[in-house]
Amino acid sequence: MTEATTHPVTLPLTRVHPFDPPEDLALWREEDPIRPLAYPDGHQGWLVTGYAAARAILADPRFSTRIDLLHTPIAQRDAQFRSTVRRPGFFLRMDPPDHTRYRRLLTGQFTVRRMKQLEPRIEEITRDHLDAMERAGGPIDLVRAFALPIPSLVICELLGVPYDDREKFQRDSSVLLSLDSTLEQVEAAMQDLLDYLGDLVRHKRAEPEDDLVSGLAADTDLTDEELTGITTLLLIAGHETTANMLGLGTYALLRNPAQLAAVRDDPEVVEHAVEELLRYLTVVHIGPVRAALEDVEIDGRLIRAGETVTISVAAANRDPERFSEPDQLDVARPASGHLTFGHGIHQCLGQQLARTEMRIAYPALLRRFPGLRLAVPAEEVPMRTDMVVYGVHRLPVTW
Amino acid sequence: MRIIADTGRCIGAGMCVLALGEVFDQSEDDGTVVLLDAEPPASMAGAVRRAVQLCPSGALSIAETSGGDQDAAGGVKGNGD
Ligand code: HEM
Ligand code: SF4
Repeated sequence: MTEATTHPVTLPLTRVHPFDPPEDLALWREEDPIRPLAYPDGHQGWLVTGYAAARAILADPRFSTRIDLLHTPIAQRDAQFRSTVRRPGFFLRMDPPDHTRYRRLLTGQFTVRRMKQLEPRIEEITRDHLDAMERAGGPIDLVRAFALPIPSLVICELLGVPYDDREKFQRDSSVLLSLDSTLEQVEAAMQDLLDYLGDLVRHKRAEPEDDLVSGLAADTDLTDEELTGITTLLLIAGHETTANMLGLGTYALLRNPAQLAAVRDDPEVVEHAVEELLRYLTVVHIGPVRAALEDVEIDGRLIRAGETVTISVAAANRDPERFSEPDQLDVARPASGHLTFGHGIHQCLGQQLARTEMRIAYPALLRRFPGLRLAVPAEEVPMRTDMVVYGVHRLPVTW
Repeated sequence: MRIIADTGRCIGAGMCVLALGEVFDQSEDDGTVVLLDAEPPASMAGAVRRAVQLCPSGALSIAETSGGDQDAAGGVKGNGD
């Protein structure tokens, strides 16, 4: 086994091309798929860019997601990191058996079958938003009119959060997910959201309705604090991610007209197209991040107990050893096996919901507006390099 | 081939159901895996292997029964761990 020989690098975020991960990641993946990474706080850890190593580490119980063990790979993310330290119910940042307990309470609500049952309602929500766009006429910001409201409304209805309060939680979650927010801003936004959802949880306990939060309140022994944490996690995770896939995915299709036509005209392609867009765009562009609980040897590299590993799934999803011509968007390829939803026990709880939303929303949009096109030059589309979830800030379109 | 499902490890991600709904289902209660057909016909071997490969938690494995296909010595572990 070899000690770290290559010099440590820092994690890049700047992109040359809006759809491709920062260029250095591809070089490093070729040279050394597990390489030393210098963390902004002085920690010496690792960066994983190869598919096989990424998948192995994400599935390995010797790596932890506990926030108190992790170093953040980019300085700006420190505030977000610290704001979620040990909150009850934030099982994304817990190891088994705590993680198992929470996740088990929720998986029954997110099965493939449950998500199928939501299809008619998601279709209706999509139709309503397309109608509203048609009435308003172009040019319009697709993020505001379509990409953000559809997943927001879906997760609100599922959880039982009043959609009329969306300005509040959309604002809070964008502060939480902005890399430019200060620790004070992040903590204030988190507190605001916890206060709001804490009230909601108490209300649902008193007057249950037919929704997930009421169900959990009635059927489990979760405390109000835990239930508030879970609801906060689901609300944030449930709308920002899918929203960015819808916005960025549409932008990518607009830049690749032949691929767009395939998604619009061939219902058979849609399922593959969603997986391929997930792979190609990898909106969770930083991490996931893990810490070794003991010394682990992988591919001749010794990762010592306590060292942080940043697993760039964005780079792993472009690994030519796993995907042929990885830098090409090819909506007809079977792209399953991508790591966009993570891997291992934390693999995205909401992935079947996200898939259902995307499978409905992309083709519906493209069929309603066959002439859909950018309303500004491509260079003017503002990219979310400054956010935890990558995407477009705005997507001005017309038809 | 015989599929072995460890519901203790399953995290209910549903990847198996998505990949091969004829063989895998999820429980209504806690979303963990339910085998609809624990010994699928040899014609499904490739699809079963792909589904087992996709499982994120290592909850699925395959035991080759006698007379099964030759390419799996002993048994296939699903996960990369
Ligand atoms: C395209 C959309 C989405 C993407 C790309 C995505 C991505 C991810 C990733 C990469 C993880 C794993 C993080 C890690 O291992 O550290 C994750 C976990 C999670 N996601 Fe998603 N997600 C999406 C949609 C959703 C939706 C719609 C929901 C809510 C209903 C959701 C809820 C969660 C939760 C609760 C976890 C934590 C799971 C655990 O720790 O066991 N996600 N997601
Ligand atoms: S893919 Fe694995 S973790 Fe997911 S439901 Fe099937 S057995 Fe469980």
